[in-house]
Amino acid sequence: MAYVVIAYLWLSILLYLILGGADFGAGIIELLTSAKNRIRTRKTLYHAIGPIWEANHMWLIIAIVILFVGFPVIYSEMSTYLHIPLVIMLVGIIARGTAFVFRHYDAIKDDMQWLYNRIFLLSSFVTPFFLGIIAASTISGRIQPDASDFQTAYVFSWFNLFSISVGLFTVSICGFLASVFLIGEADDEADRKRFVNKAIRMNIAAIVCGIIVFIVAEIDKIPLRHWVFGEPLGLIAVQAATVSLAVLWYFIYRGKNMLPRIMAGFQVTMILFAVSYAHFPDFIRLHGGRSLSLLELQAPPKTMEALGWALIIGSVFILPALFYLYYSFQRHEER
Amino acid sequence: MDDFLAARSQMALSLGFHIIYACIGMVMPFFMAVSHYKWIKSKDDRYRQLTKAWSKGVAIFFATGAVSGTMLSFELGLLWPEFMKHAGPIFGMPFSLEGTAFFIEAIALGFYLYGWNRFNPWFHWFTGVVVGVSGLASGILVVSANAWMNSPAGFDFDNGTYSNIDPIAAMFNDAWLFQSIHMTLAAIAATGFAVAGVHAFMILKKKNVDFHTRAFKIAASFGTIAALLQPISGDLSAKDIAVRQPAKLAAMEAHFHTSEKAPLIIGGIPNEETETIDYAIELPGMLSFLAHGDFDQEVTGLDKFAKEDRPPVLVTHFAFQIMVGIGMFMMLLAVIFFLSYWKKQWLDRRWFVKLFALATPLGFIAVEAGWTVTEVGRQPWIIHNVMRTADAVTPMPGIAYSFYIFTAIYLSLTVVVIFLLNRQIKMVPLLYDQPEDKSNH
Ligand code: HDD
Ligand code: HEM
Ligand code: HEM
Repeated sequence: MAYVVIAYLWLSILLYLILGGADFGAGIIELLTSAKNRIRTRKTLYHAIGPIWEANHMWLIIAIVILFVGFPVIYSEMSTYLHIPLVIMLVGIIARGTAFVFRHYDAIKDDMQWLYNRIFLLSSFVTPFFLGIIAASTISGRIQPDASDFQTAYVFSWFNLFSISVGLFTVSICGFLASVFLIGEADDEADRKRFVNKAIRMNIAAIVCGIIVFIVAEIDKIPLRHWVFGEPLGLIAVQAATVSLAVLWYFIYRGKNMLPRIMAGFQVTMILFAVSYAHFPDFIRLHGGRSLSLLELQAPPKTMEALGWALIIGSVFILPALFYLYYSFQRHEER
Repeated sequence: MDDFLAARSQMALSLGFHIIYACIGMVMPFFMAVSHYKWIKSKDDRYRQLTKAWSKGVAIFFATGAVSGTMLSFELGLLWPEFMKHAGPIFGMPFSLEGTAFFIEAIALGFYLYGWNRFNPWFHWFTGVVVGVSGLASGILVVSANAWMNSPAGFDFDNGTYSNIDPIAAMFNDAWLFQSIHMTLAAIAATGFAVAGVHAFMILKKKNVDFHTRAFKIAASFGTIAALLQPISGDLSAKDIAVRQPAKLAAMEAHFHTSEKAPLIIGGIPNEETETIDYAIELPGMLSFLAHGDFDQEVTGLDKFAKEDRPPVLVTHFAFQIMVGIGMFMMLLAVIFFLSYWKKQWLDRRWFVKLFALATPLGFIAVEAGWTVTEVGRQPWIIHNVMRTADAVTPMPGIAYSFYIFTAIYLSLTVVVIFLLNRQIKMVPLLYDQPEDKSNH
């Protein structure tokens, strides 16, 4: 059962990265849109993500619940040593979620909208940035449970160049996902062009940030290069991601909408796969070479059994309903 | 502020905040579904408008409930890592099922809010019902997790090790049933009275009386039925606690000395130093009767517990008095409400409407008080008789700052939500007064 549970954990992290990521990215895109086009972008965005908005963020909760039920030690260590970035991310999640709802449901549209928008846009950037920081910190080997001073234990565990560069990389990936997604939601040719341009810029940003991540990893002596290129499977994943990027752009220029989205999702999947496969089953790498392994630190068998079944049965209910939801609110495909 | 106190306060604040959104999020969809049903059946357009107005409320509360709930699932680890390390695998089952329930709720809400004029009317209505049912299910599931902290089950504990873990047995612990029933009723009563109260205010202001009377009747019917059942269920809970957590019962009742024919103490100020209570009304034998169903039975007092094992008496006692007092008042209102069905003219009387307007916040005050009883009454234990709260807290210093940040956030969120609802209600005449409603989105 451990493998079933781990598969669900991985899947919910992935889906959060793709769906939640596209959602954060939509805010980032709005942030980067010139004032005169903002209202249009906002409309498109709202139509695109309104109905599925809540569902996208459920994946984070599922991942967290799997962690604390199935891998309680890992959850506890993470929440202790990454307390500060987690709190900042949480503040981002609260601010963003409420601002999004408020700006839509406020019965009177006046100056308050300005405030809601500011909060929404800012938190759309902050949240994925810290999400990236947290993810990077779990593998960067900077967490030191035996540290004696506050800074080493609770600040430098996440406040370092590698984590920050991964944070930026995450932000650019979110923006890229969103712009590719929004291309298909555009109302007319001009809009479409705008989103394609955004996608190009985001793609460049992602590549630049990606290169920075590798450089910083070298400087910080994190074996990222080895993880990604050293394993045959990792190498294949990276190559698949690269090929799919070319395919994605080919389809965008052919005017297709659905296929580029699938390709973008595929790339994220491959990136996550390459990185997580390389150090599986370790989930957190600690300072000094120790690491917390999913297989060693799993909950007792009865719990894993029950958790696994709960996830399997839950997905029998959820997945069809979720597909139907996405399907029902796909405006453009049937045209 | 010391870190342990800050952690406890932050947890209490987050939960106290979340519970309000959770209650409304799990009960209001039912009001909405009833109104929706009446619209489909009668084609009376006011019901359609009411349904839409309420569904906006549900959307606002769902989103705030969802973010504050997301917070909580992190805070359990951020504040109580030691607790989660051991408790996670034992009491985690309801949380993983709850995940499914939330997911279904979120999906159904997507269908409902954006599904006007898109789907078959009954399918659309049904998605609204699903929102309510899954919300209710998730409420019951979390309460079962909390009940486990009061009544640990599903593991063996010796010398600090937890073995033989059985998450299913932990979920169906001894306390879950009564606590879930009481909580569900509380959610319905509190939300019903709050919503009815807001509409009663509008009736008093003579705004859109027709619209608000319909709304009032639906909400008040739910609230009053629950309010009638609430004291019965509360009594069952108290009898249960008398057996499982005698220290909590003693603190609730400020019952310092073990005695037969124990008196029920109403009001008063308990003094934990001298173990006496001043200015109280005592009803001889009543506590024995309420706790054990027999006027002569002995009731365990706080003197049976070492000082460091006693819950704070003052807070627990006050909170309990507030809850029960409000419970009695709400039951009285419920009786009046049902009598007024018989004496039709009461419904239009100002005193009747005023009483309900007055009761708007009472249900939620009782909910907060009730949780204070449950949680503070369990102290000093985080897991009753197994783990102390002080041993569970995070080693990270400086929690006070995070407490300040969250206090600021919660305060401002509360202000904004009140502001929003106020604007929503203000807009009702503009949006819904015209015979033809054009705002169709
Ligand atoms: C509308 C709200 C409301 C009202 C009117 C009442 N309660 Fe209550 N009570 C709650 C809302 C609540 C609650 C917030 O929902 C609690 C906290 C934990 C729980 O499961 O329910 C609770 C807990 C709670 C407990 C502790 C349960 C535990 O720790 O396991 C007892 C003994 C009672 N209640 C008893 C009563 C009695 C005798 C009432 C008589 C009128 C009463 N309650 C009215
Ligand atoms: C929503 C309803 C709830 C409210 C209003 C509530 C209220 C409170 C309060 C007032 C405290 C502080 C007690 C003190 O330190 O003196 C507290 C503590 C706590 N509660 Fe609850 N609680 C609720 C439900 C839950 C649930 C469902 C759980 C977990 C499954 C939970 C877990 C905790 C924990 C871990 C603490 C901190 C340790 C402690 O002080 O005992 N609570 N809660
Ligand atoms: C007894 C107290 C609690 C009750 C009755 C309760 C009930 C609910 C309900 C009904 C919702 C659905 C949101 C809505 O409809 O507005 C919700 C949301 C949520 N709750 Fe709570 N909850 C309680 C305490 C907790 C605790 C202690 C946790 C964390 C461990 C938690 C985690 C969550 C999460 C993650 C969500 C968001 C899921 C969503 O998007 O719907 N809840 N809660």
